[in-house]
Amino acid sequence: MPRLLEGIMEAFTLIIKLDPELMKIVLLSLQVSGAAIIISTLLGIPLGTWLGLKPEKKTALINKVIYTFMGLPPVVAGLVIYLLLSRVGPLGVLGLLYTPTAMIIAQVTLALPIVTGLTLVGVRSRGKEVEETARSLGAGPLLSAWTVVRESRVALLGAVVTGFGRVIAEVGAVMMVGGNIEGHTRVMTTAIVLETRKGNYAYAIGLGLILLTLSFVINTFLYRVQRGGEVNS
Amino acid sequence: MKSYDREVLNIPALAFERGKIYGIIGPSGAGKTTLLRIINLLTEPDRGTICFDGRPVPPNGPARLALQRQMTLVFQKPLLFSTSVRENIAYGLRTRGYSRAEIKERVAALLEQIGLPHMKERHARTLSGGEAQRVALARAVAFKPKLLLLDEPTANLDPANVELMEKLILQLKQSMEVTIIIVTHNIFQARRLTDETIFLYDGQVVEAGETSKMFKAPRDARTQAFIEGRMVY
Repeated sequence: MPRLLEGIMEAFTLIIKLDPELMKIVLLSLQVSGAAIIISTLLGIPLGTWLGLKPEKKTALINKVIYTFMGLPPVVAGLVIYLLLSRVGPLGVLGLLYTPTAMIIAQVTLALPIVTGLTLVGVRSRGKEVEETARSLGAGPLLSAWTVVRESRVALLGAVVTGFGRVIAEVGAVMMVGGNIEGHTRVMTTAIVLETRKGNYAYAIGLGLILLTLSFVINTFLYRVQRGGEVNS
Repeated sequence: MKSYDREVLNIPALAFERGKIYGIIGPSGAGKTTLLRIINLLTEPDRGTICFDGRPVPPNGPARLALQRQMTLVFQKPLLFSTSVRENIAYGLRTRGYSRAEIKERVAALLEQIGLPHMKERHARTLSGGEAQRVALARAVAFKPKLLLLDEPTANLDPANVELMEKLILQLKQSMEVTIIIVTHNIFQARRLTDETIFLYDGQVVEAGETSKMFKAPRDARTQAFIEGRMVY
């Protein structure tokens, strides 16, 4: 209990002091997870919508693969990306290992199936009905699909929130492909692991509280957007 | 037309004349809704050709979309989009690139016609069944289609709303040069509204012709049984 209180105090101190090292870590965490969730949203929502509008028997295998990957262990994702990007790996020439780009790739691997899978489920509930209504009113294929996305926005935002929750809290994959290099690839979760190993519990708890607070602020924003969708639905 | 290896529709030829109201009657499972969906190009028949204005409908591409934009279908349980009544009615006009002023003018006129001018800004999901059905009808005719398809337009309405909808349908026939095809279970409604009636049974056209003549002297025993309410459905 005293350690927890110490941690809370430490968190306040770190925030008030605007510790430059901490700011760097926070900023990189937001950049990596933000980029990963934006990429996953841009790819996952169209893919999930497309799959959700197809007859289920035609996409059953793809759906099962996506559902399986929704539960992909981060260390497995990290290991595969590590092997692909390592010097001897097929993508080694790109020199991406231990860079923020590698961390974004790892997080996209984790978030994309979640955003796609939950979009698919959300669209399947009444997407076909919306699509046919739009088509019968003269909408072409693209406008019909956009109407489906707009009408499913509450479920789709839920998919994005879940995907973001997964990547902001993830540690295994970014540790493996990022290497937790100070000032370069150190993010909040990997910093927490390091500080805990060093026995610096107060600092680790402080970082954890900042991570939770940031996550709360971002989720509050997404929740408000989602509620807006609900009010309109 | 087959579904689950069962032939649901087998119609050698069927033609509709411009400006008339047609009623498609028949027991449940006769293929009425499937026929309407095929006419609206939402369902592809296994074989045969659909012609519109004397020309075969192309299988895909802009020419098909252009033809599809000349017709519309109001579903049995119409889906209104999660937005205002005004935006719902404007949907088909927006897809066709109408100007803001035109949209405003048409929406106002239609709201007046369906008796809901005070509900312009109401959220569509808050409407009663009868109001929603009227808004769906206004949305369908806003862009003045050549062909209006109505699938059981009054199936879920109380007698007062049925009367209101029937009045609106007759008004539309008079005010616009539109061909209307109504699928209905209600033989009295078919008698009240339609110029011609098609009796479908087990996916086949048993009898088609002038409504007054068919109801007075049906040629087929099954038509007679259906009209007299002896056919269980």
